[in-house]
Amino acid sequence: MRYVFKTSHDQDIDLLRHKQDWGWYAALAALLLALPLAIPAYHVSELAFVFVLAIGSVGLMLLTGFTGLISLGHAAFLLIGAYVEAHALRAGIPFPVSLALAGLAAGAIGILLGLPALRLSGLYLAIATLAFSAIVEHLFAHWKFLSAGEAFLSVPNPAIGGVRLGSGIGYYYVALAVLAGSILLSLNLLRAPLGRAFIALRDSPIAAVTLGVPLARTKATAFALSAAIGGLAGALYAHKISSLTADSFDVLLSLKLLMMVVVGGLGSIKGAVLGAVFLGLLDPAIAHAKDYLPPRIAGQSGLQLAVYGLILVFFVLFEPQGLAGRWAKIKAYFQGFPIYRRAMFKRTKAYMSSERMR
Amino acid sequence: MNGLAVGAIYGLTALGFVLIYKATEVVNFAQGDLLTLGAFIGWTFIVPLGLPYALAFILTVVAMAAIGAGLDRFVMRPIIGQPHFAGIMLTIGLAFAIRGIASLIWGPQERGLPTPFTQKTSNLGGVLVQDAALAIAAGTVVLCIVLYFFFRHTRLGVAMQATSQNQLAAYLQAIPVKSVFTLTWAIAAAVSGIAGLLIAPLLAVELNLWIIVLKGFGAAVLGGFGSIPGALLGGALIGVAEQLVGVYVDSGAKGITAYVVLLVVLLAFPRGLLGDPEGKRV
Repeated sequence: MRYVFKTSHDQDIDLLRHKQDWGWYAALAALLLALPLAIPAYHVSELAFVFVLAIGSVGLMLLTGFTGLISLGHAAFLLIGAYVEAHALRAGIPFPVSLALAGLAAGAIGILLGLPALRLSGLYLAIATLAFSAIVEHLFAHWKFLSAGEAFLSVPNPAIGGVRLGSGIGYYYVALAVLAGSILLSLNLLRAPLGRAFIALRDSPIAAVTLGVPLARTKATAFALSAAIGGLAGALYAHKISSLTADSFDVLLSLKLLMMVVVGGLGSIKGAVLGAVFLGLLDPAIAHAKDYLPPRIAGQSGLQLAVYGLILVFFVLFEPQGLAGRWAKIKAYFQGFPIYRRAMFKRTKAYMSSERMR
Repeated sequence: MNGLAVGAIYGLTALGFVLIYKATEVVNFAQGDLLTLGAFIGWTFIVPLGLPYALAFILTVVAMAAIGAGLDRFVMRPIIGQPHFAGIMLTIGLAFAIRGIASLIWGPQERGLPTPFTQKTSNLGGVLVQDAALAIAAGTVVLCIVLYFFFRHTRLGVAMQATSQNQLAAYLQAIPVKSVFTLTWAIAAAVSGIAGLLIAPLLAVELNLWIIVLKGFGAAVLGGFGSIPGALLGGALIGVAEQLVGVYVDSGAKGITAYVVLLVVLLAFPRGLLGDPEGKRV
């Protein structure tokens, strides 16, 4: 077991607790940078898609995992990001600028949703976001002004320095860069006063307000940031599917994002990425498993849904801290080898805070 | 009139939400899939097995109640006392699982449900109304009356009300809270099974029936979660509003009317129209 001997208060908010971890993360970065050169193009684009999912998942994690606001309509922000990206590129705006625009637009809509949502909490907020995403999806599907009158809005294929974004490798590096950026942004945010305020609001709104956290502004900021990161993910997602229709951003995508966050482990950025990787691997795994199942079952689209649902139920019941929690447990087991006990991570008795007056 | 019938369906599904929310403070996102399941089970009894409608109806209700009780006992019970989020995620997972498994068993194709009211219309004072719509309205009214008497005049019903008001106090009064939860789930599942059976003749037995429930959700919120008359009122309001918008504004806008109404009501009256006025606010 490694102990951290703290000699300054700044060490409490260091990005990484142990100096050695920098080496590990540098190795991971080098591996991810070198990987496209070593693996086939198909896998490169699959991996890039996992990065895009991870960006969305990090955005939702800020809102749901750290601020405690449940959003069942996050796909709406991805949708806005995707359409802004497509329209901006078609209007001749160069690529990195269009990406920034997509993020900003989604963030602005996020504030728009966030401000009224301040009055709601918990369950009501979840339902309001669900309704919001249904409305946004419908508007983009039926209002010609937004969809440019086309059922399938084609997304241009811009180039940066001679490399087309649509090509597997260019897309991979852009997605990796945006993912790394949003992770760093979130991690730095979480050690700054604003991030601390998010966590305080999640754990006890009353205590947070008493200590001077501006509730309205903090919640709206959380919504804006989360939506902006979602917008970035949406913009990249647009390049992946290359012809946009509002149907690809339905409730199911919102639920998928939420599932990543839960499977990964609420309240952990690492968990957001792990959840995205898990879901990214799950789809090919199911497709692969179909080869071994009797055709009557394998031919059904419901198989995927059933597996998703059962996994979600399994995680909520048996591993509420998600993959990140499991990782922490395995680490604790090996670091303190003979003394690990189950009870170290036993779920402490939580008392549901009722939404009713008692 | 059609608006009212559709509204009755929204109200009926909302009833399931409200029952479970009142007793257990869990919002059951799987309600829609329970409804689909009810329709499919009813179809199985009626078409391949060839049972008469009344018998099939009773069998479906019993089967749905058993499923509801089983879900509570084996899936929901471990998370009693956990934060709301766990309940929401768990029921969303259940919804996926039920929908997926139903599609594995019955397949994705649509099918009609032959009942005594399918494809018939009646003339009510000069207005043509589909019999299936009448059946829905009648079923909703009967169900509400039955539930009203159950909650007011039976020991069990009163015990359930006590539990929904204060779980701890109910427990101290020797009410078996966990069994009451299971019973609530059974009743809610049976109600959504009935709703599924009633709606199926009007639409079709298919996997997308659950979408109706998103609007039932709106009805429940509109009436203030936790109020049964509120749920019915909300359902009627949304059903009528949808028809009016469909006629006077734009038929395309009909699809999102429910959500717009829902969002506006949530913003204007965060606790619904007939919700508890004294809420904890932070």
